[in-house]
Amino acid sequence: MAEINIAAGRKLTVNLRIRRYNPETDDKPWWGEYTLEEVSPTDSVLDLLHQVKWTIDGTLALRRSCAHGVCGSDAMRINGANALACKMLVARLANGKDDVDVQVEPILGLPVLKDLIVDMEPFFEHYRSVLPWFVNDNEPPADDRERLQSPADREKFDDTTKCILCAACTTACPSYWADDRYVGPAAIVQAHRFIYDSRDEAYTERLEIMAEQFGVWKCRTIFNCTTACPREIEVTKAIAEVKMSITSGKV
Amino acid sequence: MNFHTHTFDAVIVGAGGAGLMAALYASQSADVAVISKLYPTRSHTGAAQGGIGASLGNVSEDRWEWHAYDTVKGSDYLADQDAVDVLCKEAVETVIELEHMGLPFDRLPDGRIAQRRFGGHTNKETGRPVERACHAADRTGHMILQTLYQQCLRNDVTFFDEYHVVDLIRVDDTVRGVIAVSLATGEFHIFHSKAVLFATGGWGRCWEVTSNAHSLTGDGAAICLRRGIPLEDMEFFQFHPTGIFKLGILITEGVRGEGGVLINDEGERFMERYAPSIKDLASRDVVSRAIYLEVQEGRGINGKNYVHLDVRPETVNHYFEKEGEDRRIDADYIEAKLPDIADFTRTYLGIDPVKEPMPVQPTAHYAMGGIPTDVDGRVVIDAENTILPGLYAAGETACVSVHGANRLGTNSLVDLVVFGRRAGSHMADYCQEAELLPLPDDAAGEIVAEFERIRSSNGASTPYELRERMQKLMTAKVGVFRVEEPMQEAVDELGELRAAYAQDITIDDQGKQFNTDLLEAWELGCLLELAEVTAVSALARKESRGAQARDDYPDRNDDEWLKHTLCYLDGDEYRLDYKPVVIDRYEPKERVY
Repeated sequence: MAEINIAAGRKLTVNLRIRRYNPETDDKPWWGEYTLEEVSPTDSVLDLLHQVKWTIDGTLALRRSCAHGVCGSDAMRINGANALACKMLVARLANGKDDVDVQVEPILGLPVLKDLIVDMEPFFEHYRSVLPWFVNDNEPPADDRERLQSPADREKFDDTTKCILCAACTTACPSYWADDRYVGPAAIVQAHRFIYDSRDEAYTERLEIMAEQFGVWKCRTIFNCTTACPREIEVTKAIAEVKMSITSGKV
Repeated sequence: MNFHTHTFDAVIVGAGGAGLMAALYASQSADVAVISKLYPTRSHTGAAQGGIGASLGNVSEDRWEWHAYDTVKGSDYLADQDAVDVLCKEAVETVIELEHMGLPFDRLPDGRIAQRRFGGHTNKETGRPVERACHAADRTGHMILQTLYQQCLRNDVTFFDEYHVVDLIRVDDTVRGVIAVSLATGEFHIFHSKAVLFATGGWGRCWEVTSNAHSLTGDGAAICLRRGIPLEDMEFFQFHPTGIFKLGILITEGVRGEGGVLINDEGERFMERYAPSIKDLASRDVVSRAIYLEVQEGRGINGKNYVHLDVRPETVNHYFEKEGEDRRIDADYIEAKLPDIADFTRTYLGIDPVKEPMPVQPTAHYAMGGIPTDVDGRVVIDAENTILPGLYAAGETACVSVHGANRLGTNSLVDLVVFGRRAGSHMADYCQEAELLPLPDDAAGEIVAEFERIRSSNGASTPYELRERMQKLMTAKVGVFRVEEPMQEAVDELGELRAAYAQDITIDDQGKQFNTDLLEAWELGCLLELAEVTAVSALARKESRGAQARDDYPDRNDDEWLKHTLCYLDGDEYRLDYKPVVIDRYEPKERVY
């Protein structure tokens, strides 16, 4: 963490390469190259992209919203690894140098629509396939109060409630690249969030979905998803827990 | 020109907490479309951190009337008290409903929903802070957004993701639908409907340092303004006291709710001087002003314009002990209760909050004002509260008014779900009775022409330059502290910026697909108008109340100013009117924390 000092005046030069593609004008993708001077180490990659869009080339297309890592809009491939552009600071890519190479591409495995924007529909289709909603159709408590849940039961699925559906995990997964019918880690994380919620009643159905041909068994435990997750969810562990439950029949 | 036309009973614009809650209720009996310029889970409700207020009384005794009193006092008596009653009473059943939908609240050892302290929330009898904020760690908004979206999917709600609504079809005193641009194709779509609900959020992007997402450009409020609907109490914009220095990213009040304190350069817990009773948990307007005054008097850290927010266990425990509280915390507790805050400060500052204090400064955060509505979300269009049938608003973009001149922490999330639900229900009933009125000829003519103008302009300024100038101007002259002359300058300069926007801009992208250059330019038009309305309303109000702090009129003046502002756009001119505040329970008195 020592490389970040928000009050420091040190400035860097960034050689920024962005994978560009405009279906209305380009036959094939190309590299846009931009040299940005006077960059602060605390600037994020999103700041760099904005600098290009706002001062050099307004046609650059990307998705972004909250700019602090909670909305999940701006997952990208940055220097070869998936990350949220708004959470990746230049300081982390600089390795102490004053002259920094930054390369930004769209996430892999989803069709590119324009520049850094990919078609998210296949991703959300997998998400919807795991019944990503709470199911408990029993009458709630008679006193019109909350259903009870112990802190220990709540803890069992805490990690997977953090998912922001950014797709960084799924699009870092070689198994998903090999076969996009695989539901992918993000959808399994969503299933996990409900399977291990003591209040939910649809875990049998969800485990059946997870056990299908393109469910958890496509996972080869490569851990790319865990590395890619900007929310630090232990994705591979969550997948392993689902595999265990399918095998043992226990949640 | 041919347009894609869709027909629904009702369209909901915006897919944050208010829009999704309204969708769940409206879709029970009506054919509803939810239209969002983002994917719904990107909505800014997801950034809300600390909690949702409800007098469950799970940790200590509480009553909805105390919540109502705190809300009215927090509002500096400008909230409508009948609406506040609805907010606080229904907060309880709505939080329980969210739990029944599966929302994973943190839990107490006995399994009930955990609650913590938050600014301005007190026990009315003792005046001491009360645990009222129900939370899921420090990602309560994220869990609300996810839960509501999940339930919408389960209930087959129809979504139009990445469709940007840019106009309202209003014919005299009826609404007929909205016009949207598909981001993917750049084509215009007409959504023909009996009813329209705006739930498009705030406009913090009018200022330079803000906690708000880039997408928070006040589209719904600006569209309504252009279609003859006044905006209410726009001078009241909340500056949250604890944004990360320079970046504006929010550090939840929950940090102080868990015992964190604000410290100046002399190592002093300065809120003891400004709010002797509840100190760091005073209302946000009070704490933001205190930070400014400390900085002004040279007690910012190293003389700079920030202070420290200290939640190190040793600091927190020191003050617990000093105040005779039995509670003690440790580093693990902070990690468990504030994981995202710890992640933000580590990511963006390289600071570990259990070992070092965090540099914070006030950040533009929340619009108390907006599209005027009644307690059923129906939009009212004048000082007599005349209803425009079929038009609804809910959430931050609406002004019910439950927040008055200053919103209490946690009440934004309460507002979203309580009034989203009421608006959705009311709209469903309305659609049963109402007829689908025909579309006017050339419904999209004006907005298509405006987009063509922006696209083909060949002026000297980019939208981004104009936006930056507006943000600096608003921060310098229509910020935490306000004075007549600079505000007049701001009004004049904003007029110049609006003229430049209308006559002298240029954009790069001439294409159709994902032309975010064009849409960002259109968004700037919204921001410029809302900034101007804010400045005009603030300039006229010659008093200090809640978030409006005037150096030249430092006192609240109930005789002349205990009233809501309404600002209309007539042609190119702004016109102000006023309407009375509903006061039926708590008489205004001096506000002391």
